[in-house]
Amino acid sequence: MSQPAPPAYETEHEVVIGLEVHCHLRTRSKLFSSAAVSYGDAPNQHVTEVCLALPGALPVLNGRAVELAIRAGLALNCKVHPTSVFARKNYFYPDLPKGYQISQFEEPLCTEGFLDIDVAGGTRRIGITRIHMEEDAGKSIHDGAATTLVDLNRSGVPLVEIVSEPDLRSAEEVGVYLRTLRQILRYVGASDADMEKGQLRCDANVSLRRPGEDRLGTRREIKNLNSFRNAEAAVRTEIENQAERLGAGGRVVQATVGYEADAGRIFVMRTKENADDYRYFPDPDLIPLTVPESRIDEIRKALPELPGVRCRRFVETLGLKDEDARVLTASRELADWFEAAAAAHGSAQTVASWTRRDVLGALNDRDVEIDAVALAPAAFAALVKMTDEGRVTPRNARDLLGEILFEGGDPEALVRERGLEAVSDAGELEALVDAAIATNPRAVASYASGDKKSLNFLMGQVMKQTQGKADPGSVREILARKLGG
Amino acid sequence: MAEPLQTAAALRAALDAGRESAVGLVDAARARADAVDPALRALLHPRWDAAREEAAASDRRRAAGEVASKLDGIPIVVKDNIVQCDEPATCASRILEGYRSPFSATAIERLRAAGAPIVARSNMDEFAMGSSTENSAFGPTRNPWNPECVPGGSSGGSAAAVAADIVPLALGSDTGGSIRQPAAFCGVVGMKPTYGRVSRWGLVAFASSLDQIGPIARTAEDAAWLLDAISGHDPRDSTSLPEPPLETTNALGTDVAGLTIGVPQEVSSLGGLAAGVRDRVAEAVAVFEAAGARTCPVSLPHTRYGIAAYYLVCTAEASSNLARFDGVRYGHRTEGPEGGITAMYEYTRARGFGDEVKRRILLGTYALSAGYYEAYYRKAQQVRTLLRGDFERAFAQCDVIAMPSVPEAAFRIGEKSEDPLSMYLADVFTVSANLVGAPGISVPCGFDGRLPVGLQLVGPALADARVLRAAHAYQQMTDHHEQRPPL
Repeated sequence: MSQPAPPAYETEHEVVIGLEVHCHLRTRSKLFSSAAVSYGDAPNQHVTEVCLALPGALPVLNGRAVELAIRAGLALNCKVHPTSVFARKNYFYPDLPKGYQISQFEEPLCTEGFLDIDVAGGTRRIGITRIHMEEDAGKSIHDGAATTLVDLNRSGVPLVEIVSEPDLRSAEEVGVYLRTLRQILRYVGASDADMEKGQLRCDANVSLRRPGEDRLGTRREIKNLNSFRNAEAAVRTEIENQAERLGAGGRVVQATVGYEADAGRIFVMRTKENADDYRYFPDPDLIPLTVPESRIDEIRKALPELPGVRCRRFVETLGLKDEDARVLTASRELADWFEAAAAAHGSAQTVASWTRRDVLGALNDRDVEIDAVALAPAAFAALVKMTDEGRVTPRNARDLLGEILFEGGDPEALVRERGLEAVSDAGELEALVDAAIATNPRAVASYASGDKKSLNFLMGQVMKQTQGKADPGSVREILARKLGG
Repeated sequence: MAEPLQTAAALRAALDAGRESAVGLVDAARARADAVDPALRALLHPRWDAAREEAAASDRRRAAGEVASKLDGIPIVVKDNIVQCDEPATCASRILEGYRSPFSATAIERLRAAGAPIVARSNMDEFAMGSSTENSAFGPTRNPWNPECVPGGSSGGSAAAVAADIVPLALGSDTGGSIRQPAAFCGVVGMKPTYGRVSRWGLVAFASSLDQIGPIARTAEDAAWLLDAISGHDPRDSTSLPEPPLETTNALGTDVAGLTIGVPQEVSSLGGLAAGVRDRVAEAVAVFEAAGARTCPVSLPHTRYGIAAYYLVCTAEASSNLARFDGVRYGHRTEGPEGGITAMYEYTRARGFGDEVKRRILLGTYALSAGYYEAYYRKAQQVRTLLRGDFERAFAQCDVIAMPSVPEAAFRIGEKSEDPLSMYLADVFTVSANLVGAPGISVPCGFDGRLPVGLQLVGPALADARVLRAAHAYQQMTDHHEQRPPL
């Protein structure tokens, strides 16, 4: 397949994109209060005096959130700083109860990392400028009339903001970066990163410059992109808009913009002239966050194998094909399940093929993830093994798998109970073939007159007699021999 | 002396001996308040009936031999910026008129566990911003020694209530002198503990890095009782020290031999020190010397930058801390004529806050603004570091530092309200302890004319017990604190 020609703007301009990704950390309680983190509940159910910013309430840092943020930082190859400082970002908004957001500004928890992404033509290393911790705001619900309702369930939910270097060069790379980032955050248990729940949101800074130019062009920031598809589409639209403007001899004015997904349209929210001054200063209610190096090392040692490394190991040690290894390491849970089955079975590539075709196929049909599978990896391996040994036909094995994949079960016992053991006794098969030939003279005749498809009909008759338990290869061989083909 | 000093210690002896009941003490406080408070206006939101019930419970405990603490049955008032569950907490501001807190400050919880009936909240400068209690939205409190004079502030209601014999104990809060200065003006003892000694959970924040709750009483011994009861680590305040509750009471003595008192050389040159104050403090130092204490000159060269640094830090923090009073969730709300959220913020805050609060929010917002942060807020933080160095060097030479609490005695109501700057400058001797986190106490040391003068003793951080011991020893050698206002 030939590549479509690149759009004109990619030849006339170099596209420069940096992303700011906000990602909820997977904690039970909020960043500075004991209120539960919960999604989809009735408004204002999960609030304490801290979330409501009642007079006299004070924040206390959630240690678990710090651990998860450090995991994210280590997984993204960052320096994790033993001392970091929480700062107040001051602005008025109805869903920001304190009138400031507790964030990190001058001294963030993590800096100077990177994320490798696989794009057409190889691997690209995208720099991570910084990762800082902060609390989410609540939600304003504009209910049509002049009224705005405020839900503070989300107020104070812990998140990390992951700021990339301006290293991304296309909308496609934005998509790959976001997907890779999500995969890693999930692998290390830092976040569920479910975009539908608003657990992963992204702002994109987009600018264009002449190829070879060192200086960055004027950028515009697209706010609040809440799905991979929207992120890619918005960035693509913004690139086109800027290219068109520059192409027509105009210039880009620095602005904060939004993306209207339904209309596929970018709209200006505010320009630099009325940019906010957030008056950051260290939060005097909180002492600097200190994490001893020894603790950072502990967290580093407890990190799971990351997807890239695992994928390479699946290829190099288990001997999988690249594509199989990539698919089977998509999530840590899938990779764990597959690896356990492969170990129980012995041949990783055989199990990989079965997993991709029969397990992932079933998951896809139901639109569920690997955690919906009830069948133990060892039981799955046993079923594949029985098929390898010709004890069950692939067809029967697949049917049985369909029954027990989400319910669980012992394939050995079920095969025995249901008499699914394949018929491979040569004498028995010969007799069955003889019977089929004797009872279907017309098929035999048409085969003799050259219609080779009649062999399949006769095979079908034998399989029917054995309820599919006959080994198809053996049956074909005996038939061909007896019909003198 | 017409009658013996009714200290908490004396009242407790009376309770133990059965000469007095906790209910009787609340009734007496009420009778006294009825007599003097219409003129003084020290109290806000009295809760006599609830306090009487708390006192009755205290009496039952005592009868059952289950006294909760030394403070069990001793009535107390609490500054209106320390929240108590189901009670008003206005911070003397219109913006919190009608607000009731759904939770209690840690200090309140500890007082209740100690069995002290809380009889009222006390008047203050709005959001603790002021040195005169004139900035209360509910009218000024008057000085029991002279009703034409201010009681000091911002904990003026607490100091006046103790000075006027309504209660023996009160809680105040001190951000730049708001306990020590009114204590000095009213002739009582007031202490700002080491920063982090008392939990700030439930103290409505003015300037978080400076605020500290502390005791106001007639004697250092009573103050020690109260501080012991409310101090100690609290996991709900991240700036709370990892220290157990203090047990200073038993360590109080009269011996000052071996104590070295540092006298800062800069005091006489710092703004407008009144002769009467200078002399009373010198006499107080002489009392220590006569009892065997040593004195030595110390230098605190950066105290001259203290006021500037203090008013940058406290206004910056206040501008952010007071952002939550926005009319959205609680408290006062005024809609703008055209509607809209921005107008609502503007009208609510324009009507809800008084002039001094607005002034400080503006100053603080300016100090934190892009382009000014380095020159103002960061520079102020650097001054704090230098000041800390000054105090460290001084405390290498001495145990406590003695200086005036305030450069002059109480001024007249209205005298300085048109000149905020002169009011700010009068905090010159108190702000340093807040900026460095050190404990400081003001003890009555005589009079300038007919108005009380306060001696301030400052110790190094964590030396709260040492400061209380020195103050107690001084009171054992003097009777200034036994003088009563002519009410």
